[in-house]
Amino acid sequence: MSEFQWLSWIRGVGLQSAVAIFCMGIVWRTMEIYTLGRKLDIAEPRRISGASGWHTIYRRFLAPLGMIHLDPVTYIGGYVFHLGLLIVFFLSEPHIHLIRELIGLSWPALPPSMIDIVTIVTLITMIVVLVDRVRKPLKRFLSGFGDYVLWVITFLPVLSGYLTVHHLLLPYTILLALHMISVEVLLIVFPFTKLFHAVTVWPSRWFNGNTNARKGVPV
Amino acid sequence: MSASFHRAVNVLKKMIDTPIASYFNSCLHCGLCAEACLFYTETGDPKYAPIYKLEPLRRLYQQEYTLMGRMARLFGLSRPVTATEFEDWKTLVYDSCTLCGRCSLVCPTGNDIVSMVKCLREGMAIAGHAPQGMIDVTKRTLETGSPMGITWSALQRKIENIKTETGLEIPLNQEGAEYMLVISSLEIAHFPGFLTAVSKIMRQAKKTWTLCSDAFEASNSGVHIGVSDIAKEIVSRIVAGAEKLRVKTVISSECGHAFTALRWDGPNLIERPYRFRVRHIVEVLDEFRKQGLLQTIGHEEARLTFHDPCQLARMGGVLEPQRKLLKMVASDFVEMPDSGEYNWCCGGGGGVSDNEDAKELRLVAFTRKRAQLEAVNARRLVTACANCRIVLGEGMQHHQMNVPLLGLTELIANYLLETTAGGTE
Repeated sequence: MSEFQWLSWIRGVGLQSAVAIFCMGIVWRTMEIYTLGRKLDIAEPRRISGASGWHTIYRRFLAPLGMIHLDPVTYIGGYVFHLGLLIVFFLSEPHIHLIRELIGLSWPALPPSMIDIVTIVTLITMIVVLVDRVRKPLKRFLSGFGDYVLWVITFLPVLSGYLTVHHLLLPYTILLALHMISVEVLLIVFPFTKLFHAVTVWPSRWFNGNTNARKGVPV
Repeated sequence: MSASFHRAVNVLKKMIDTPIASYFNSCLHCGLCAEACLFYTETGDPKYAPIYKLEPLRRLYQQEYTLMGRMARLFGLSRPVTATEFEDWKTLVYDSCTLCGRCSLVCPTGNDIVSMVKCLREGMAIAGHAPQGMIDVTKRTLETGSPMGITWSALQRKIENIKTETGLEIPLNQEGAEYMLVISSLEIAHFPGFLTAVSKIMRQAKKTWTLCSDAFEASNSGVHIGVSDIAKEIVSRIVAGAEKLRVKTVISSECGHAFTALRWDGPNLIERPYRFRVRHIVEVLDEFRKQGLLQTIGHEEARLTFHDPCQLARMGGVLEPQRKLLKMVASDFVEMPDSGEYNWCCGGGGGVSDNEDAKELRLVAFTRKRAQLEAVNARRLVTACANCRIVLGEGMQHHQMNVPLLGLTELIANYLLETTAGGTE
């Protein structure tokens, strides 16, 4: 297989397969979780919970009183690298081009220089978050092998994307192939690992908010 | 696998529902729940991270309800949950968790961790891994009606003493009364002033109320230990008593866990709504205040602060009434740092105070409360939970602090504008 054929396979069958596993995995995992059911609370509510679950979805973006001082790296690092990943994925020109090719939708991109800055900040923040996880006894204790592997799986697409755009270290074709492979690995493991929190976090917050609202506690 | 362990695993499997599955999938191992848990903050030991306390439940969920977990189990790649592990986890699930719910308040992904600890306790209790102290308390409740073994006749003697000393009548088994009061054994044994205070307040408010000989005990150790059948049996006594006397409202006394067990867990345990209201005494006093039925005179002038019982505030939703009541009778009321729904537990909730094995750790955890108290330099500490009051008292004694403790109902009664048929006394 020539270099070009290899790249074509990665961009074609490889990507399609990864996207298929990603989509089927999400459907499977969602059903696995959300078909278990839950008992309804029949205690007389203090007040109708209404939109409280939705409020909690919003509120949990914010650090509770005093907590940010206790663990600034988790909060600030969390905000920065999540936002960075979203910006780099959705607002860089090559990604928008790919999405337009795949589904026909497109939107304005950020200037490449701005994407570069966001990428570098995201990479640095992810390294800080990793160092914090390794250095702090509490986080180290709670972390398993999977936490570190997933860090690598999340980090590599960002790093390889940057190297590809700037033609650094390796030939462009190889860099692009590596970038695509790293993204495909991310897509394949996403539904079956803690990366799936991107889906479950919303209902989790909603359940907590809704349950406690019935008792009259805004959480 | 022993029969009891097998049964425990089956019970846990049935209890794992969508919210629990969602919570486990959302956890990022960030450790923020630990920063909200006084057992971690005061010891620095990572094993007290709330999410870690759920490790057996998480593995059970993963191995039973996820494709990857089932495959790993099939190929022998995962470690099954064992009875030995339950025994090892006893200190984490019972000794170092007061079910205070602070972890559930801060988790950035919204995980309601305390609800999962309650679930795990169900399995551990069935498998026989609950602490002996909590087992003893639960047995006494079932056998005598009271966790401290206090019988109705013992309570009647207390009532007679109150009548002799104060002339106050405490109505017993009055059908059709508006309110039925349930009290905790701790109040009967250690704080009889509570009953006197309620009598005075009811007399001033001109409300009909009663105690019920079949259902005088408020606390529910079945909820603490985690056995739903027992919790249901205990709550059913109150339901039967209240429905027999046809009262409109059952008042849960100054005991936080008793309140949440009756108010929030009870209908779900008996699987039907009540035919009466349940209110904490603080809520009832606030209703009287709003209706102008609570008239006080004078103020406590010493600097005074309030310890929010977790089950009353964070888990029970009573956050403002206690503050409005305090402002009626205290001229220098100050809030502790992290008050209201963010308050720190006394360290003895969730059955921890019944558990002798947990005493040393509980006293270490009290360091947090000590810091809160020292921050406001209070001269009086008021609370609205008899168990908190006992645990706070022990903690202060151990830490050589001297801040007098008061129950909120008693404080209000001390400043009551007492009236008789002829006018003001």
